[in-house]
Amino acid sequence: MLYDHLLIRYGELALKDKNRKKFINQLHENVRHQLKDFPDAKVKSNRDRMMIELNGVAPSPIIERCQYIFGIQTFSLAIKSDSEEMAIKRAALFALNEADSVQTFKVTTKRANKSFPIGSQDFNYIIGSHLLKNTENIKVDVHQPDLEIHIDIRNDATYVTSERYQGMGGLPVGSSGKTLLLLSGGIDSPVAGYLAMRRGIKIEAIHFHSPPYTSEGAKQKVYDLAKQLSKYGHAIKIHVVPFTAMQQKIHRDIPFGYSMTVMRRMMLKISEIIAEKQDIKSITTGESLGQVASQTMESMHAINAITNYPIIRPLVTMDKSEIISIAKTIDTYPISIRPYDDCCTVFVPNAPKTKPKKEKVEFFEGELDLEQELNDLLDNIETVSLSPFDSDENEMDSLF
Amino acid sequence: MIYFDNSSTTKPLQEVAESFQTVSEQYYGNTSSAHQFGLDAEKLLRKSSQQAGQLLGVGEDEIIFTSGGTEGNNLAIKGVALAYQNRGKHVITTAIEHPSVLESVRSLEALGFEVTVLPVGESGVLDVDAVSDALREDTILVSVMHVNNELGTIQPIKAIGQLLKNRAHTFFHVDMVQSFGKIDLSLNDCSVDLATISGHKIHGIKGTGLLFARKGIRLFPLFHGGGQQNDRRSGTENLGGIVSLVKAMRVMTEQKMHHPDHFRNLNHLMRIELESMDHVIINTMNDQADHILNFSIPHFKPEVVLHALEKRNIFVSTKSACASKKEEESPVLKAIGLPRNRTTSSIRVSFSYQNTEGEVELFTRALKKVIQELNKVMG
Repeated sequence: MLYDHLLIRYGELALKDKNRKKFINQLHENVRHQLKDFPDAKVKSNRDRMMIELNGVAPSPIIERCQYIFGIQTFSLAIKSDSEEMAIKRAALFALNEADSVQTFKVTTKRANKSFPIGSQDFNYIIGSHLLKNTENIKVDVHQPDLEIHIDIRNDATYVTSERYQGMGGLPVGSSGKTLLLLSGGIDSPVAGYLAMRRGIKIEAIHFHSPPYTSEGAKQKVYDLAKQLSKYGHAIKIHVVPFTAMQQKIHRDIPFGYSMTVMRRMMLKISEIIAEKQDIKSITTGESLGQVASQTMESMHAINAITNYPIIRPLVTMDKSEIISIAKTIDTYPISIRPYDDCCTVFVPNAPKTKPKKEKVEFFEGELDLEQELNDLLDNIETVSLSPFDSDENEMDSLF
Repeated sequence: MIYFDNSSTTKPLQEVAESFQTVSEQYYGNTSSAHQFGLDAEKLLRKSSQQAGQLLGVGEDEIIFTSGGTEGNNLAIKGVALAYQNRGKHVITTAIEHPSVLESVRSLEALGFEVTVLPVGESGVLDVDAVSDALREDTILVSVMHVNNELGTIQPIKAIGQLLKNRAHTFFHVDMVQSFGKIDLSLNDCSVDLATISGHKIHGIKGTGLLFARKGIRLFPLFHGGGQQNDRRSGTENLGGIVSLVKAMRVMTEQKMHHPDHFRNLNHLMRIELESMDHVIINTMNDQADHILNFSIPHFKPEVVLHALEKRNIFVSTKSACASKKEEESPVLKAIGLPRNRTTSSIRVSFSYQNTEGEVELFTRALKKVIQELNKVMG
């Protein structure tokens, strides 16, 4: 006997009645996307759960992939069995034997198919006794069992499941619209992107590149971060903005303490233009209050004033240690700490204003004509799409 | 040709050699260079560490690529000893280790370290109690090989790991050169802190290998310089060698998974034949590593047998290859208390996944003939 199905229980989306269908369709699509290199595994979904028919595919890679999909609350391996007592007994015993270090168990029967001749309570008892007879040193505990064996008697068949794997929770990526993520290459922005994705937001990224002040390594780092993030959803588009000329001009013409604030405002302005072009309705940043000069309340106020777009700041109230801990779980941390400067650190003045005045910023900015630089950089944006299944990656991987 | 000397070295697999060539031709950038070429090389290096870590069940930052078993053993032993000498200056190892372990340990004596070299009993297997008895307050390192190269005995790594697990100041090094890809060893379950692997013993290329060093362990480097590999081994990385090593590791791991009984079958077949032969005494006990089989033919000089087999296009080894040109007793066989006529006449057969049962049959037939002929000449 083998586990032949994987049962997926929906997360929060089960609550959202009106949008439910949309969410389920999105999750369905996302699951299919994650499993596209396993063509034999078939995905079927209905109102309250999703079922993956394994059709001979080994369960472990599928389990691993499911741990990257938002919108899944829990999932379990399942055995499909005839709705017939002997067959269900065999399946239940298999599930119990497959589980690791179980000392106590409990059987829970759900009987959607009311034509099944035995009542749920009685059937729990029948299966429980069968399991006790056929195992050693394992007891029943109805309150806190190590393992709960679920028997779901449906019209088409019966599904037996046991161990529950924790899913990622959140909402399926794509169900909450799209955002433009400012991706710098540091520790914070990928975590912000991840959290936005967890809330169902699809992301595109924008990266400001200042060659020769920033190296190819910095760009590669951002590509690798996007690739890592794309494991949690779809391929991620990155818009790489050639920022050197504008940055040089700001650095030259804006009074020292204010150049950083103006630079940040320009980044937002450019982001807004691109967002509009891509039909994206919001901007996401990895800002966390108080971390650096540009992330004080006054700075945020002065910088934010340049755009009307909603700015999503998933990290705004988080401690650095919390952010690092998430970065480590999602494997972006080792990429982020590679030693390449991004454009924000290149022209940093010695003493940037921590309390810039919005009016002053606007005054200095008004004196400066950036039209030419803006048009130039917009014409020269380079857009690449990154997914975990990239070809140059495959070329390298084939060497191993 | 029948090649039964795989514990000396192995033939590189074609796909391993191809990886080496492709990397050498296409990714020759220096991993430390800032341009795209260097970045690609760096990326490939990182992937190599990741893959090697995955195959060993450890982290990518716990892998140090080396030039092979000798360097790995030297780096583990001297690296730990010199970095932690303020904690203690006592090191424990066994009498049957590879020279790269024994000589490294002896070199420390000149620096004021005390060394305990534990004997192994007749079984050839180290007694865990002996390790326990030898441990002192100032013991900073215990180095024990997993599988002995000459005899194929498997050492009780797990039990020693258990013993050392709670001693924060004693590191545990395991020479896995003869066992990787053939006999399972979980570095985590066995609480191993450092482990040596060599490429050319697993169908990789000579001059490749790695040392696993658990996170947090400081090593005094053997090579100082540009600070490559997290300051633990300076020198521009041999990327072609590194990638090909990881490829060889992967292939070996897969072979092991797909053919779990391969060595056992060859070993059984050969044992049955050898046991039935006159003059032949098997030195490797049952239940040891199946890919190494050591036996003695006390009547004849082993070199004579070796060359007689060689004439028939069959290649085996006398003692361990590194020391086999000297006409001496095998120190390992001597260490397990065998009589002189056996320690000076031993022959080692060592298998790879490429060897077949048919080859074993051809070998035993040839060996019988050789013994008959030599008997005529000398008898």
